[in-house]
Amino acid sequence: MSNDILVITEHMDGKFSDVSFELVGKAKELASALGGQAVAVVVGGGVDANVFASDATIHIDDAALGQFNPEAYGKVIEALVKEKSPRLVMFGWTATGMDLAAWLSAKLGVPCAAYVKEIGSDLMMGCQAYGGKLMAEVAPEGDMAIAACLAGSFPAEAGQGSTAATATASPVDLGSLKVKFVEAIKPEGGDVDITSQTKLVSVGRGIGGKENIELAEELAQALDAALSCSRPVVDAGWLPRTRQVGKSGLKVKPKMYLMLGISGAPEHLEGMKSAELIIAVNTDKKAPIFNVAHYGATADLFEVAEAMLELL
Amino acid sequence: MNIVVAIKHIPSIADDLPVSGNNVDFDSVDFVLNEFDEQSIEQAVLVKEAVGGTVTVVGVDLIEELDNILHLAIAKGADKAVKVTADEPGADSHMQAKWLSEAIKGLSPDIVFAGVQASNDLDGQIGPMIAAHLDMPYIGGVSSVEVADGTATVNKEFAGGVGAKYSVSLPMVVGVQAAAKPPRYAPISKVRQVAQTATIDTVEPSGDASSGLTFKKMAPPVATGHAEMIDGSPKEVAAKIVELLKSKGLA
Ligand SMILES: Cc1cc2nc3c(=O)[nH]c(=O)nc-3n(C[C@H](O)[C@H](O)[C@H](O)COP(=O)(O)OP(=O)(O)OC[C@H]3O[C@@H](n4cnc5c(N)ncnc54)[C@H](O)[C@@H]3O)c2cc1C
Ligand SMILES: Nc1ncnc2c1ncn2[C@@H]1O[C@H](COP(=O)(O)O)[C@@H](O)[C@H]1O
Repeated sequence: MSNDILVITEHMDGKFSDVSFELVGKAKELASALGGQAVAVVVGGGVDANVFASDATIHIDDAALGQFNPEAYGKVIEALVKEKSPRLVMFGWTATGMDLAAWLSAKLGVPCAAYVKEIGSDLMMGCQAYGGKLMAEVAPEGDMAIAACLAGSFPAEAGQGSTAATATASPVDLGSLKVKFVEAIKPEGGDVDITSQTKLVSVGRGIGGKENIELAEELAQALDAALSCSRPVVDAGWLPRTRQVGKSGLKVKPKMYLMLGISGAPEHLEGMKSAELIIAVNTDKKAPIFNVAHYGATADLFEVAEAMLELL
Repeated sequence: MNIVVAIKHIPSIADDLPVSGNNVDFDSVDFVLNEFDEQSIEQAVLVKEAVGGTVTVVGVDLIEELDNILHLAIAKGADKAVKVTADEPGADSHMQAKWLSEAIKGLSPDIVFAGVQASNDLDGQIGPMIAAHLDMPYIGGVSSVEVADGTATVNKEFAGGVGAKYSVSLPMVVGVQAAAKPPRYAPISKVRQVAQTATIDTVEPSGDASSGLTFKKMAPPVATGHAEMIDGSPKEVAAKIVELLKSKGLA
């Protein structure tokens, strides 16, 4: 048992994601309150790991870890956590952290909180639930806990630094894995680049069907804006993947983000919350987006869009 | 191929979510099929159509209404349905993962599908936990699956269209973000017909586990800000939005 905090960082193409720095910064604050060390853990081959303001950085350097592999990363992290027995293990609630945090929790029988937005020095955690409609406060039992934290919850600057990493070999054999990385998938090109637009009209599931996309497109054109959307619109095949804003889509920061029928789930907010002017039209007055938008209206998007078109 | 799909009934987040004690008041909300499970059923059926086999849907019957979504899954192409009878709406994900793992073990799966997540719990997702209990590899955030010769090839999404392709020797657990094609629609008449003819196997919950989390409080978020609300009829709202945009040089 120690009072150390292990932060499982994440990187792609040699670059660490913002959430890694956010977690290291928060870990430092918690570790100093608990009397332990904030330890950044870098799993991966061939990355520059000397970039954190951690008390220590451990770099598990192995060519087999060059690309994210949930099986290999899981085994390495499990062995490391068993060896170090920290007070808290922090993951990002990201495409990679989501594969690992709950798995580790079940493997080790250690409590795990996900969607974490706040952590107190008593390790009470504030977690988002129900698509952002509710917040829960939970306390982990026992000597060790896992926190999987939403990106953007803590400031990134506090985690940036130059602590020299200690490189070590993989604590487990990575010779006979069932999961093999085949190749990277690159984004499709050839469509409007929504990340470079000054104005976006963005539609969500409230748009109801492919046949209604035309109305939204018309409004976007009248405003000299491009059309973007939430994930379900893409999954239903109403707009291409290139238009998706959010955690698994693109991050945008336009001057205007006009939202029609988007509830404001945390995964969508990750992609647009720093837009300069956010206006949301939604029939549900309790939609979480109204806690984030600058202006809002509880109204039917079709009626509002048609009326706007008449005025433009 | 024995294809197993774990599906979950969750409170609809389109509704108000009244809280009673430290959790949502399950008696006063509508339950719906988790949206990612709709994707995962579709992906499972696509695999069956490609390589043959049987799709079995399995769920924990938390509020004794699971039959509705099991019938829906059969109408969408699943072949069999199994429910773990545990009338315990408050059971946490760790507990449910244990029960499901035991039930799934009995089905000798070649591949197990779960949704990438459900919005109504916070002790981590069940897909990776099932994988840990069954000692199978897990990959989540998956948006296509192909199976050949005991190997699955899956595409995992990271962000912004970037992803990675993996090959995995089966059995494995897949956390589905989206099926390779938009989910098919099952007409209500077909769901009704299934409801009259389908048999659902039941298994008793077996095993024990706990999230190790104590809930102190559940409440709507304390908003640090709130949108300035534009009132009036849709026409008035539209006029005010246009005015606002013009005043900022945005229209
Ligand atoms: C790992 C992961 C990654 C994800 N990545 C993303 C991502 O990148 N981007 C993303 O957007 N989501 C993402 N999601 C999905 C996310 O969790 C939500 O499901 C999604 O954002 C919801 O989209 P929505 O708001 O359009 O739909 P819903 O939440 O269904 O909301 C629809 C809204 O429309 C309103 N509405 C309905 N009819 C009308 C009408 N006539 N007029 C006005 N309003 C109306 C409703 O009140 C409701 O608020 C991800 C999920 C996971 C698990
Ligand atoms: N009670 C349940 N019965 C069956 N499957 C479940 C259950 N709970 C969770 N799952 C599966 O786990 C996925 C993720 O849900 P969760 O772990 O609750 O976020 C769901 O999409 C289901 O595939």
